[in-house]
Amino acid sequence: MNLFLQQVINGLNVGSIYALIAIGYTMVYGIIKLINFAHGEIMMFGAYFAFIAATSFQMPVWAILLLVMTIMAIIGVAIEFVAYRPLRNAPRLSALITAIGVSLFLQNLALLIFKPEPKIMPKLFPEMTFSVGGIDISSTTLIIIGLSLVFMVLLDLYIRKTKQGRAMRAVSEDKDAAILMGVNVNRTISLTFALGSALGALGGILYSVAYIQIYPTMGVMPGLKAFIAAVLGGIGIVPGAMLGGFIIGMVETLTKAYLSTTWADAIVFGILIIVLLFKPTGILGKNTREKV
Amino acid sequence: MLNVTDLNVHYGKIHAIKGVSFEVNEGEIVTLIGANGAGKTTILQTISGLLKPTEGSITFNGENVSKMPAHQIPEKGIAHVPEGRRIFADMTVHENLMMGAYIRNDKEEIENDLERIFLNFPRLKERYKQIAGTLSGGEQQMLAMGRALMTRPKLILLDEPSMGLAPLLVDEIFNMIQTINSAGTTVLLVEQNANKALHIANRAYVLETGRIKLSGSAKDLMANPEVQQAYLGG
Repeated sequence: MNLFLQQVINGLNVGSIYALIAIGYTMVYGIIKLINFAHGEIMMFGAYFAFIAATSFQMPVWAILLLVMTIMAIIGVAIEFVAYRPLRNAPRLSALITAIGVSLFLQNLALLIFKPEPKIMPKLFPEMTFSVGGIDISSTTLIIIGLSLVFMVLLDLYIRKTKQGRAMRAVSEDKDAAILMGVNVNRTISLTFALGSALGALGGILYSVAYIQIYPTMGVMPGLKAFIAAVLGGIGIVPGAMLGGFIIGMVETLTKAYLSTTWADAIVFGILIIVLLFKPTGILGKNTREKV
Repeated sequence: MLNVTDLNVHYGKIHAIKGVSFEVNEGEIVTLIGANGAGKTTILQTISGLLKPTEGSITFNGENVSKMPAHQIPEKGIAHVPEGRRIFADMTVHENLMMGAYIRNDKEEIENDLERIFLNFPRLKERYKQIAGTLSGGEQQMLAMGRALMTRPKLILLDEPSMGLAPLLVDEIFNMIQTINSAGTTVLLVEQNANKALHIANRAYVLETGRIKLSGSAKDLMANPEVQQAYLGG
């Protein structure tokens, strides 16, 4: 029982990170119907920048988070502006291939700048271990889960309660109708990329705190898993991405603990196949609401 | 108020609007009637900036709006209720109306306007928190009109407001258009239901395959045998 609870905590830990990253996929898909495959690289660069801020500049952790999230928000907006905006009216496949291209470009850029040898992320958070009812919980785990939840709640409130959040939902539902309300669609899309990239960067920092190593291709696997999480929850639906992230994190952790470490990834990818076969709209997705 | 001069619009290679000129004066109800595919919707979409003309000009209160980005048009005082309503189906009735107030920052006045719209459309008040996609067709049309009114337009463009509605509701919608107009909003109405449209309009233009074929006061057009035969069922 204790082992199980311990694994549940671990699952929440990884899951909250996947959830943060999945939000970026789902928000971008919701608004421009593009799977932004470069999102994993946003997370990777976020981790590198946090590493530099922590080691070369010895910045306090709150400043690292704030600075890196801001920088990655700007980079995310720039990627949309340079790579995706010119293809706004092109066939969707062109944009998708471009996204894969941007992803490869950023990986190789990181290889060039940071070299292939992994960097070791210093401990950003105070280290303590709490024992509750026979299970050990580290302060890092609590902070990762806590920070993720705080930012997810803030994002959810922003999207549901503010004027700009409402405009984002309006644009993702019906661009022309949103324009008729006076919404600047380009600015709203930029805002979406900014928010998604900031959360992706946070995910990258937390991921590198949890797994310690930082390297140019580190965004690929968590990026793919977060993408699966977004599809599982219902692509385009923000709460779905959060839910999907936690489920994927939990499935992966429990598989590693009870079935097989080597099979964990296969099972996670298997979920994608099952979702696409049986409920392609995802857990929270509505069935076949085709707009004419 | 609105002056459209020698308007030409292309859809790719198709020349949809071929040199259309007309005007709408302050306080009027003007209607564009014509068969499916005559170009009525295209004209409204060009006025609200969703389509760009290849030639010609659209001036609103003396200002050329034809080259303006579409999202700046509502601020000029033009609201467009599109064909098929295009409400935000996943949002609540209240959120839809608040989207109408997107360009405004005067909180108190927004609240007052909400109250006024609920007075005009009591059914929207009852369904305030309901998801808009679950409303009936008539209620969705009212919501689309209420949402447009929340922008505080000087001119409202209505595209087929009676489409797909039961006859009783059609009457209600047309009454509503007259109410909106008498409250001071100028109306440009596109309708297939030419009979109803001509009954509430001051003036009308008859559109045929991208050109204006006839124009005049609504009364004269109703008496015109050509119009009667082609659009009023004989």
